[in-house]
Amino acid sequence: MLSSPTWKQDNMAKSKEIRTKISSIKSTQKITRAMEMVAASKMRRAQERMRKSRPYAEKIRTVIGHLAHAHPEYKHPYMIGRPVKRIGLIIISSDRGLCGGLNTNLFRTTLAAMKRWRNTGIEMDLCTVGNKSSLFFRRFGGNIVAQTAHLGDAPSLESLIGTVRVMLDAYDNGTIDQLYVVFNRFINTMSQSVQVQQLLPISADEQDTKLQHHWDYIYEPNSQEVLDGLLMRYIESLVYQAVVENNACEQAARMVAMKSASDNAGGLIEELQLAYNKARQSAITQELSEIVAGAAAV
Amino acid sequence: MAMTIHVDIVSAEAQIFSGLAEMVVAPAIQGDVGILPRHAPFLTPLRPGEVRVKISRDQEEPFYVSGGMLEVQPHVVTILSDTAIRAHDLDEEAAMAAKQRAEKLLQDRQAAFDYARAQAELAEAVAQLRAIERLRKIRR
Repeated sequence: MLSSPTWKQDNMAKSKEIRTKISSIKSTQKITRAMEMVAASKMRRAQERMRKSRPYAEKIRTVIGHLAHAHPEYKHPYMIGRPVKRIGLIIISSDRGLCGGLNTNLFRTTLAAMKRWRNTGIEMDLCTVGNKSSLFFRRFGGNIVAQTAHLGDAPSLESLIGTVRVMLDAYDNGTIDQLYVVFNRFINTMSQSVQVQQLLPISADEQDTKLQHHWDYIYEPNSQEVLDGLLMRYIESLVYQAVVENNACEQAARMVAMKSASDNAGGLIEELQLAYNKARQSAITQELSEIVAGAAAV
Repeated sequence: MAMTIHVDIVSAEAQIFSGLAEMVVAPAIQGDVGILPRHAPFLTPLRPGEVRVKISRDQEEPFYVSGGMLEVQPHVVTILSDTAIRAHDLDEEAAMAAKQRAEKLLQDRQAAFDYARAQAELAEAVAQLRAIERLRKIRR
């Protein structure tokens, strides 16, 4: 029983250490749980925004569909393909981290696509939306020609106009021959998939046979100006939709990541609680046996 | 019942109006236009102004649009409303701003690189300290 005092102290110290560890994990868990709930409510709102943005793009698509069938006297360059030497990529990521592998997956897919293009001798101009993609492609290297970040939880179309404009100008003056947007598509809360979607040239829809008779719009002031405005808005709305969808993905991914973090913290606390109880119990046993031994000695 | 035409007013961020109307008056770029059912196909940009949707003889709903596009099919009117005030100069300005942000980002690369390196060095130092601590414990 010579070593008993230090034994006892050890046990006491250990249980105290465990107790502080438990309380620190508990406060971490509180934070992750709060973040989970915030992400859940933000996700709902983002989904709502996603739903609301659909009619506009659908309407424009119908109008463009009508245009394709209307045999317009003026064929817009946005609708004519040309040999591809250089392409533009709009890469949409989140502004903040702590959302699982969302951005990493996006970058991995993007890099794979970029490699494929590079192998066929196509060069790329990048345009990054969101803080994470800006930082990543700055480090990784890439010709970033435009950038937007800090769009917030309710991104507005207005904040995207400039970025899209840079790419449209580049397409207009022949710097790029195709324009793509890379973003996460919202499938459901648990799954998001990376999409590489072609924006320009707008692929003409399959010819609908029932609308073959010859008609055209009355354009005011002229077809070129009207089409310019319309197609520009169409591209902008597609980019906006991608941003809104990516935002919903971000919140969903964050919610899932934070939920698993809270669950892990719960598991850890349980384990530590068990260790704490054991340490406490052995300290008590120790003390009892000492008292009994003392009484026996007397 | 008078003849009606289906009217949709949408913006990129929300659906604003959808329903039947007898007449729509919109601020087209070359002057206000009134659209009645069976109008010929028509496509025009809009100025900022008021769109009036005449639902019935004595019921009219006004909407403000800050520009957009108007598309007319014989039985459907679609107004694609802008959410922002658009002008060629303003768009160019926004584009310039986006470009400048990109340039700034690339200029900051040096600073960011140093930051990243400092972070890596810090991580290394922490790992070394930890190893030393562990060694001490074992020796004891």
